Amino acid sequence: MSILIDSSSRVVVHGLTGREGSFHGQAMLEYGTQVVAGMTPGKGGQTALDGRVPVFDTVADAVRETGADTSCIFVPAAGAPDAVMEAAAAGVKTIFCITEGIPALDMIPAVAMVRAAGARLIGPNCPGATSPGRAKVGIIPGSIHRNGRVGVVSRSGTLTYEAVQAMSDAGIGQSTCVGIGGDPVIGTTFLDILQLFADDAETDAIVLIGEIGGAAEETAAAWAAEHLRDVPKVAFIAGRTAPEGKRMGHAGAIISGGAGTAASKVAALEAAGFRVAGSPTELPQLLRDAGYQA
Amino acid sequence: MKIQEADAKSLLVAQGLPVPPWEVAHTAAEAREAAERFFAGGAPQVVIKAQVLVGGRGKAGGVKLAGFPEQAELVAQSILDLEIKGIPVRKVLVGPAADIVKEFYLSAVLDRAERKILLMGSAEGGVEIEQVAAERPDAIIAIHADPLIGLQPFQARAMAFRLGLGAHLKDAVAIATGLVRTMLAYDADLVEINPLAIVNETAIDGLVSQRLQCLDAKITLDDSALGRHPALEELRDPDEEDPADREAREAGLTFIKLDGTIGCMVNGAGLAMTTMDLVKRAGGEPANFLDIGGGARADKVAAAMRLILADPKVNAILVNIFGGITRGDEVAKGLIEARAQQERDVPMVVRIVGTNAAEAAVLLEQAKFVTAATLDDAAAQAVAASKGVPA
Repeated sequence: MSILIDSSSRVVVHGLTGREGSFHGQAMLEYGTQVVAGMTPGKGGQTALDGRVPVFDTVADAVRETGADTSCIFVPAAGAPDAVMEAAAAGVKTIFCITEGIPALDMIPAVAMVRAAGARLIGPNCPGATSPGRAKVGIIPGSIHRNGRVGVVSRSGTLTYEAVQAMSDAGIGQSTCVGIGGDPVIGTTFLDILQLFADDAETDAIVLIGEIGGAAEETAAAWAAEHLRDVPKVAFIAGRTAPEGKRMGHAGAIISGGAGTAASKVAALEAAGFRVAGSPTELPQLLRDAGYQA
Repeated sequence: MKIQEADAKSLLVAQGLPVPPWEVAHTAAEAREAAERFFAGGAPQVVIKAQVLVGGRGKAGGVKLAGFPEQAELVAQSILDLEIKGIPVRKVLVGPAADIVKEFYLSAVLDRAERKILLMGSAEGGVEIEQVAAERPDAIIAIHADPLIGLQPFQARAMAFRLGLGAHLKDAVAIATGLVRTMLAYDADLVEINPLAIVNETAIDGLVSQRLQCLDAKITLDDSALGRHPALEELRDPDEEDPADREAREAGLTFIKLDGTIGCMVNGAGLAMTTMDLVKRAGGEPANFLDIGGGARADKVAAAMRLILADPKVNAILVNIFGGITRGDEVAKGLIEARAQQERDVPMVVRIVGTNAAEAAVLLEQAKFVTAATLDDAAAQAVAASKGVPA
């Protein structure tokens, strides 16, 4: 099974003819993902990736001609919320928005429209997702993965790679790895992903990678305590040494008024039955300690 | 981006909200002249407020009243001599002191968890809202704007009535909707009035009437949206921006200076925090948080290196790049270029994995960089180098 994407996912890449879109579109194709279409307004009728992928003017055209059901958005910040809404309006069910630097207020109507269309948005400012051996959508390097049964969810991009690499090196594979994004307004939360993993027959354990700021980790932990009681659960929280009042890059990563600290998140996760690692490299051992057998 | 109270008030006035007059003074003499104008206009007292971008001005002695021009000068000087949370006060706001009947709190804020704009009000104004929220959550009224159609007049009326502002309904509705309009007009994360106050106003004929006024204003702008509001860029206060912060911002880097000795250059905010955490765990102290961002090219890497080396306390550098959208060879080229230009040589440990890591490894080996395979190992090597232990 896996969640969000698998070998049957048919992906349209928004901005496939651009620098990032073509580089990562190529990597997705090489990984085995069904990249069935590109979308660049004004370039409809052309092809991309050495003639292997047709390009369309609109997402609706791409959906109609290729049966695309998954979007991967690489367009610049100014046009990205519009791209999200275009995908939702065209009937795309799973929309990944990789773009960073989108004004937060622009995402409010986009998220609402995605919900109204019954679609799901992951991101923005996220690395995408990989279901190892099946498909990858976004920018996560395919080489770090190993096929397996641990579900990974993270607010970060590169920190996710670090954790996944450590797991794969230790012989622990993943069912799906999802980066939900570090922006203030995102489409899918930790809690949403834990709910999907809970229903996935091929996910036997959970790795949650959070960071300081907000309360999304605590909210997810409270749900997991009740609904994932017997599932091995491991977590890592970045920002233990971050000073208060300084925004650590991600819009959400700020400790203010003593809220959103690493300590409060670690405490909430431990209370919910998570084992919390001091370094991403400790995750594999903690998974085994929690009873997970790869 | 945070902006000063006086600038926030200008934005409110531009959106038609009621704000009492003010002037900004950079010296005690200027403050006195401004006070003289307000006294001549009939104000019995003036208020003088420090203009700094940190909270807690009142408690720090940064807000005071004066009853005559000489006193205004003295009070202004005492405030200009202050340092509030480490920030020297360089300017003050001078305005007529309001005759306050009752204070309220009202704000429009981005509610990240709900993914909506939240209109938040409290009849307990003038105090820190975090304190009210912690001690008496029932005293806070929260109304969400619809994500597609925005805040509606009935919602603003509901806020006004629940705050007990029924006698000032029209003004309260105008202010509540004005806060949301201000937020949207300037892409603000937060537009906060604390206090919003019912004040007594005495007309020339001696008649006293009551009206609503925005006595203080705090606005935080979304950095990601500044590109489409070029005029707002001018509200960035150069007095309160560290030169290193400015260079980082102009180079498109996220840089936060810390107190340690190990300079860190990382791609991605979460990994940058983790790198700091692991440096500390290995017994070292990080000198900074530095995220070169996704897809950084060679020139950005060189700029990052200059920033790190500008801190004289830095005696070792840890570069940790896990390529995804960032390509390892681009970073390696940047490091080689930066090392050729840099004036100060400090030990550097480089770890580049992920996208184009193999190409990066070839470049780094040719240029004889010290490399590490894992993050734990890189942190340990950097800490050893910082302490003068040969790796």
